[in-house]
Amino acid sequence: MAQRDAEFIRRWLEAAAEAVARDASRLTELDSAIGDADHGSNMRRGFAAVVATLADQPPTDPGGTLRVAGRTLISTVGGAAGPLYGTLLRSAGKALGDDPVVDDERLAEALRAGVDGVASLGGAAVGDKTMVDALLPAVSALPDYPAARQAAEEGAAATVPLRARKGRASYLGDRSTGHLDPGAASSALLIGALADAAAAGAEAGGAEAGGAEAGGAEAGDD
Amino acid sequence: MRMLINEPERVVGDALRGMAAAHPELLVDEEHRLIVRRDAPVPGKVGLVSGGGSGHEPLHGGFVGPGMLDAACPGEVFTSPVPDQMTRAAAAVDGGAGVLFVVKNYTGDVLNFDMAAELAEDDGVEVARVLVQDDVAVTDSLYTAGRRGTGGTLFVEKLAGAAAEAGAPLARVAAVARQASEASRSFGVALSSPTTPAKGGPTFDLPAGELELGIGIHGEPGRERRPVMTSAEIADFTVDALLADRMPTGPVLLLVNGMGATPLLELYGFNAEVRRVLAERRVEVARTLVGNYVTSLDMAGCSVTLCQVDEELLRLWDAPVSTPGLRWGR
Repeated sequence: MAQRDAEFIRRWLEAAAEAVARDASRLTELDSAIGDADHGSNMRRGFAAVVATLADQPPTDPGGTLRVAGRTLISTVGGAAGPLYGTLLRSAGKALGDDPVVDDERLAEALRAGVDGVASLGGAAVGDKTMVDALLPAVSALPDYPAARQAAEEGAAATVPLRARKGRASYLGDRSTGHLDPGAASSALLIGALADAAAAGAEAGGAEAGGAEAGGAEAGDD
Repeated sequence: MRMLINEPERVVGDALRGMAAAHPELLVDEEHRLIVRRDAPVPGKVGLVSGGGSGHEPLHGGFVGPGMLDAACPGEVFTSPVPDQMTRAAAAVDGGAGVLFVVKNYTGDVLNFDMAAELAEDDGVEVARVLVQDDVAVTDSLYTAGRRGTGGTLFVEKLAGAAAEAGAPLARVAAVARQASEASRSFGVALSSPTTPAKGGPTFDLPAGELELGIGIHGEPGRERRPVMTSAEIADFTVDALLADRMPTGPVLLLVNGMGATPLLELYGFNAEVRRVLAERRVEVARTLVGNYVTSLDMAGCSVTLCQVDEELLRLWDAPVSTPGLRWGR
């Protein structure tokens, strides 16, 4: 089983920043259908700040890297996405403690703890048309990274027919159906970036992270 | 829509620099995104802090000053501020009597203010929180994020601000805020979509000849679309929606609010219609405010807020206030 260090987490978050920047206008477009048209720009600002912070003062362990990244998102994103994504990374980081390397199974467990943190902070469950719809099936599929990517994308796509019960889209009632949830879409990007980081590590001969298929996703290939 | 801006990313910072230049009586911290009363902290006075996404001006920054807010935390456009802002604001305005957070009920605002309250309490500041959730357009609020905070925010901030200015302790200021919040009901109508700087275009498509009933203040679409109605018809629909939710049993404060792009000429005409309906329904209006106070960028449209008051709240409403957006009695 592959070992993951601070560098791996940093590569994941850099890939996430690239994916969010690339898809910022798509996220904003999705948000304008059922929200308030700012998800892309907020996420781009937050993840750019994460990359800058980690370059400036890189923690030496994966848990510390996730905690710093989470705090940075809370301080820079705003909206609901800031505390929610910040909590995802911080809770995962806390679960990892200060170990310099962790195996894939521990990272998966930590990310499950992170998703639990998101669900409890936002009070959301699967089916509420939120980030959780993409995140929960994805972390359940870990440490199989390609399967996690696919689960996140399917979970996000499955939000289209749902009626929102949390967040700003919930104000629309039945009119929230027929739209992809922007938070689920950005969550799929984050998981896609994780799969990319794992696949890149495997290609570099560092580990056997499983099939490096890009899965035909917009989250995909860099 | 052409916008009077430089770059979309700079809109909030540019506006803060302009506020600083226009209002030397305020301390505007562009770097940390704070607008604070220059004489803060006032010793022994409860500090009132609010904030929210930008794009609703004069809410909240325009309501900072004696008799209203001690500090406001502007977020990005339509995006709640981050906890660091509110924690810093709480420290700046705590005169030893504690701090009240006035929070509009949106998932993001609630999460960020809650995180800030925890951090401020770690720093030894006593913090109370009052939610504003006055928008009756949100139905079955048990199954949603709950009613939105809209026009009622102005009443909560003014009435609680007056109580704090008069030296009331934190529990009393919070009770006034809660009473004002519970007594407020709002309903909004959009005649056009707002244009966000990030998107550079409308956030929803409203075909010519239609209007949107039950909108919020963030360009989120409303609940129902109808062919264009007259001012009188909109007043009938709006007041009916408000009174169906809460029939006042005493006099009310009335806010006839513009969403940003509707001229005062139309708002006054609309106010005449609102007063007609309220008179028909035997609702006594104690005070009226007409203007653009809780806006949604350049959206055309209006909202109506009723806030039932007793003698104490009416006295607090009439108390002096001196802010860029609201000023009387001094």
